[in-house]
Amino acid sequence: MPDALVPSRPDAQAAARQAALLGMWVFLATEVLFFGALFAVYAELRHAAPQAAAAASSHLYREVAIVNTALLLTSSYLVALAVHAARAGADARAARLLGRTAMLGIAFLALKGGEYAAEYHAAELPLPGLAVAAPGDAYARFVDLYIVMTGAHALHVAVGVGALLAARGWLRRGHSAGARRVEVVALYWHFVDIVWVFLFPLLYLVDR
Amino acid sequence: MSLAANARGDDYRAPGGLRTWLTTRDHKRIGLLYLVSIVVLFALGAGAAALMRLELLTPAGDLVTPAVYDRLFSLHGIVMVWFFLIPSIPATLGNFLLPMMIGAPDVAFPRLNLASWYLFVAGSAFTLATVLLGGVDTGWTFYTPYSTLFSNAHVVLAAAGVFVVGFSSILTGLNFVVTVHTLRAPGMYWRRLPLFVWAQYATALVMLLATPVLAMLLVLIVLERAAGIGIFDPALGGDPLLFQHLFWFYSHPAVYIMLLPAMGVVSEVIACFARKRVFGYRFVVAATLAIAAIGFLVWGHHMFVAGQSPWASAVFSALSFLVAVPSAIKVFNWTATLYRGRISFPAPMLYALSFILLFVIGGLTGLMLAALAVDVHLHDTYFVVAHFHYIMVGGAVSGLLAGLHFWWPKMCGRQYPEGLARVAALLLFAGFNVTFFPQYLLGYLGMPRRYHSYPAPFEGLNLLSSLGTLLLAAGYLLPLGYLAWSWWRGARAGRDPWRAAGLEWQTTSPPPAHNFASTPMVTREAYDYAGIDAHA
Repeated sequence: MPDALVPSRPDAQAAARQAALLGMWVFLATEVLFFGALFAVYAELRHAAPQAAAAASSHLYREVAIVNTALLLTSSYLVALAVHAARAGADARAARLLGRTAMLGIAFLALKGGEYAAEYHAAELPLPGLAVAAPGDAYARFVDLYIVMTGAHALHVAVGVGALLAARGWLRRGHSAGARRVEVVALYWHFVDIVWVFLFPLLYLVDR
Repeated sequence: MSLAANARGDDYRAPGGLRTWLTTRDHKRIGLLYLVSIVVLFALGAGAAALMRLELLTPAGDLVTPAVYDRLFSLHGIVMVWFFLIPSIPATLGNFLLPMMIGAPDVAFPRLNLASWYLFVAGSAFTLATVLLGGVDTGWTFYTPYSTLFSNAHVVLAAAGVFVVGFSSILTGLNFVVTVHTLRAPGMYWRRLPLFVWAQYATALVMLLATPVLAMLLVLIVLERAAGIGIFDPALGGDPLLFQHLFWFYSHPAVYIMLLPAMGVVSEVIACFARKRVFGYRFVVAATLAIAAIGFLVWGHHMFVAGQSPWASAVFSALSFLVAVPSAIKVFNWTATLYRGRISFPAPMLYALSFILLFVIGGLTGLMLAALAVDVHLHDTYFVVAHFHYIMVGGAVSGLLAGLHFWWPKMCGRQYPEGLARVAALLLFAGFNVTFFPQYLLGYLGMPRRYHSYPAPFEGLNLLSSLGTLLLAAGYLLPLGYLAWSWWRGARAGRDPWRAAGLEWQTTSPPPAHNFASTPMVTREAYDYAGIDAHA
């Protein structure tokens, strides 16, 4: 029957951290499926029309994407250092590192925006809104997918930058859950980074 | 915590006032907010269905125009699938009971839980706006290229509503998974979890892994319609079959989002009213997880005549047969639980038994549809309509009503009127069969779905089906009336009126704000009815 009663758990902080991290992992699983739908569409396209994908891909600004890849990889390194610092209680250092991570994210977005602008300006690709005839259906779909995949990713980068800055604010104000939240935000940021690690070769390096 | 609960009068519903409800983080209150919301949305979907059955009373299309009929079945499908069936048991009974069943004070993320309800309300507002502005005519399936190229209805608005409500089910799923992992009371090992909790857990996994694909799909539809980004539309360089693959990758598992929770309810109810432990607990758990997993691998059986490769169709057909195995395991285990039990037949038990009967009929006809050659004949006929209504209405709604009656005394501390409830349960069972069994025959005879008129020879069976909805309506309205009445006026129910085994029955009815005065310690398996009755 109602069995023995025990007092509330003494390890409440550890339990809260475990729950928060698990919550983010579970959320990232949904994100994998969210992007997964696009990767499935992409796979079908590459299978059905490999040449068209390669032809469209060769018109993208590969150099910009390489710089952006470097920016995001560096930002992942910095956010990992921030987690390390926050765990060690070095809140000021962790906040500084989070700020720099966010700066790199903003730089990524700026470059990506410039890239979109240049693509529209050059008017070589059948981008949505441009009256450029595509040399085939698959070619047009690759370009549409490029916009949707990088657009969805950029949206995630923007959300991530916001989360990084929020975590920085919590640390600076000495929020009791600050260190835990830095870990959670860092997980999300690593995910955003990993999505790009897949997007970069799939979109920019077809047949190279 | 227990002090706070005492200060609030030991009833999670005190203090009252609309504001305390709209800002609550109590999982029990959120469950009730959901319950009221889905009843409203159910009424909307049922109203559309009633108009459809009224139109189909006679062969001629004399009540509504074809365009209006298209909007009626689209509204009915969208509302019933996303705004009623998907959230039905998880967001109401699941929210209310899951933390109590594992001995937790609340879900892991109470604020996200409230946010989930607000997202549901926002999604409902989009849907309501769609209706008021003239509706949507794509069916609940939003098939391209019709939805992106040809339809003149409010596709973007309707898709936005479904997109938003999708996130409400993702948040519910996320909460359930993390809650079960991190907030089980001491001694509540995985092998002691009630089967209702296992069912919610498996459902949550499906919600989490399927819904994002639907979300992305709806984004792509809106982008295609609004910005000319052509992923599916052949005129824009897209592939419409791709849409169907992705749509059913979500929408087939969605059937298990509706069904698994009802199966969880039935396991609890059968065990309690047979006074026996559930036969083969571990097999039921394994079957629950297997249904969730295999459910992800069968989507292609919706596309046998859509032009996919015959090899793919053969594989999807075989996998669809496979999902019947864990489903059958469950039915056999419930039957074996009943065997030599001391069975009583209060209303929850009647609903649970009608679940089993209707689910078996719906499941077996599902096997017929999974067979390649048979499906070519039956595809897009009323046979399919009857099949999924047996699963989704006969199954999921019977399960919801079984659970509502079973846990009603826990939710409000009062008992519903038993005699009326039994009448309602029988009425619903009869009304359901009179409404939907003729549709199997109509479909087999070749009547296609989604038409507002039909050839004269189909009139008799359609008349029967339409008349059945009268019984069905009475079967819905009766519980609505007496449950609402008993919320305030019913006879007081004690802590544990059914002498049931779950942890939720150990606390008072209605429970205090934090469920338990202090964290319970679990020392026995989930269905120790022999132990309970030995003490009585």
